[in-house]
Amino acid sequence: MLEANRLSFRYGRQQQWLFQNLDLRIAPGEIVGLPGPSGRGKSTLAKILAGYLTAVHGSVLVDGRPLPKSGYCPVQLLFQHPELAVNPRWKAGDILAEAGQPDAALLQDLGIEPAWLTRYPHELSGGELQRICLVRALTAHTRYLLCDEMTSMLDPLSQAHIWQKVLHIAEKRKLGLLVISHDKALLDKLCHRTHHYFATIADFPLLTIRFP
Amino acid sequence: MTARLFFPSQWDRRTRTLAAIGICLVFFAVIFIAAWLYGDQGQVTALKLRKLPPSWERPFGTDWLGRDMLARTLKGIRISLGVGLTAATCSACIALLLGLAAALLGRTVDRLVTWLADAAMATPHLVLLILLSFACGGGAKGVIIAVAASHWPALTRIIRAEVLQLRSADYVKLAPQLGKGPYWIARRHLLPHVAPQFLVGLLLLFPHAILHAAGLTFLGFGMPPHMPAIGVLLAESMRYLSMGLWWLAVAPGFILIVSVLAFDVLGNNVRALLDPKTLRE
Repeated sequence: MLEANRLSFRYGRQQQWLFQNLDLRIAPGEIVGLPGPSGRGKSTLAKILAGYLTAVHGSVLVDGRPLPKSGYCPVQLLFQHPELAVNPRWKAGDILAEAGQPDAALLQDLGIEPAWLTRYPHELSGGELQRICLVRALTAHTRYLLCDEMTSMLDPLSQAHIWQKVLHIAEKRKLGLLVISHDKALLDKLCHRTHHYFATIADFPLLTIRFP
Repeated sequence: MTARLFFPSQWDRRTRTLAAIGICLVFFAVIFIAAWLYGDQGQVTALKLRKLPPSWERPFGTDWLGRDMLARTLKGIRISLGVGLTAATCSACIALLLGLAAALLGRTVDRLVTWLADAAMATPHLVLLILLSFACGGGAKGVIIAVAASHWPALTRIIRAEVLQLRSADYVKLAPQLGKGPYWIARRHLLPHVAPQFLVGLLLLFPHAILHAAGLTFLGFGMPPHMPAIGVLLAESMRYLSMGLWWLAVAPGFILIVSVLAFDVLGNNVRALLDPKTLRE
């Protein structure tokens, strides 16, 4: 069980609270959706759950224990922009090897061709890179996968393909999934339940678009 | 880039880049080997052969004491290159240390280094060079210290910015989550980005260092007259220009410009070769 207990976070003492006393539970094999408008702190929450940031108050527990300070983190985060999540001077093969020897079956399952592994990130498309990042995050030690707008910049076809594979793997390995997205239809389709913390708060000024 | 102008267009970018690098390296090798082969020529006087204009036998002519100008120019550029290379290397090492310190050792060190770099950049370059060289007693040592101590700010800023940007990059923040330690991250993530910046920065510092060393010497604050560096040759030639001995200034000046340009071409092509974006074009 991945548990977030009464999390509160702000980026500085002068800043507004992004969220306060937020509770979240993800069981192994469970797929939880997290909808909400931009700029409310969804990605920040994901970074706290994956150990990139530390919450001001509250705790994150995996199976009753806090996230490890060093070593492989069982909670892995996938970013919206895969091209920023890979070292531009590494070939795809090196990028994958950073997380250990990639599983050949997984590579084949996600349609990653061996020729891609000798290419640099700028020689691969966004969808191809996102699949590389996905393989990197899906080592045998990963228990929970946080997908932060993982497919929002991909075309519908690749989007469907990637999600189909991810759901299949998650079910097989009993992974807990957190799906962060604006796309209500996507969440309805994928998730067992949705967490509405960010969808309901309304004390941030809302963006109004006016056309002249 | 420059490589495109000189080589056949059916060659691909990589071949042209390698060819440009090769030609620059051969050029420098020829200077050093030729200067060595000339022995003591260019120092011995031959009063019968005074003030000869350039000819097939003596392409750069002779000076007012009958010394062969080609030999003098080659030896002069060798001294200038040596001084420039030493100064630029020292300067680049200072830049590397300060840049890394600013980016890695916290806010106070960062402020201090940034302030130092701003202060050094705000001081007029030539004034700083003359002051330092004079304070260090002139000569090759004075020129090297002056050039090394005044050329680090630009590269320091580049290295500081590069490391700061890397530290905030998603792929570097992600590495600890995959179980990688700080040493591994420094070696595998930081080094491949900082090393090319350092190398190219070093190569592009050479022309500045060589020109400033020559300039300092020309103004009389650098090498002594018995070390015939390019700056000394140019300074001496000034007295004979009005007598019509134009080749005394033109020949060494031309070689100086060609050497500086060669380093520029070398730096730009090495950069193209090291960057994966242009590596395979």
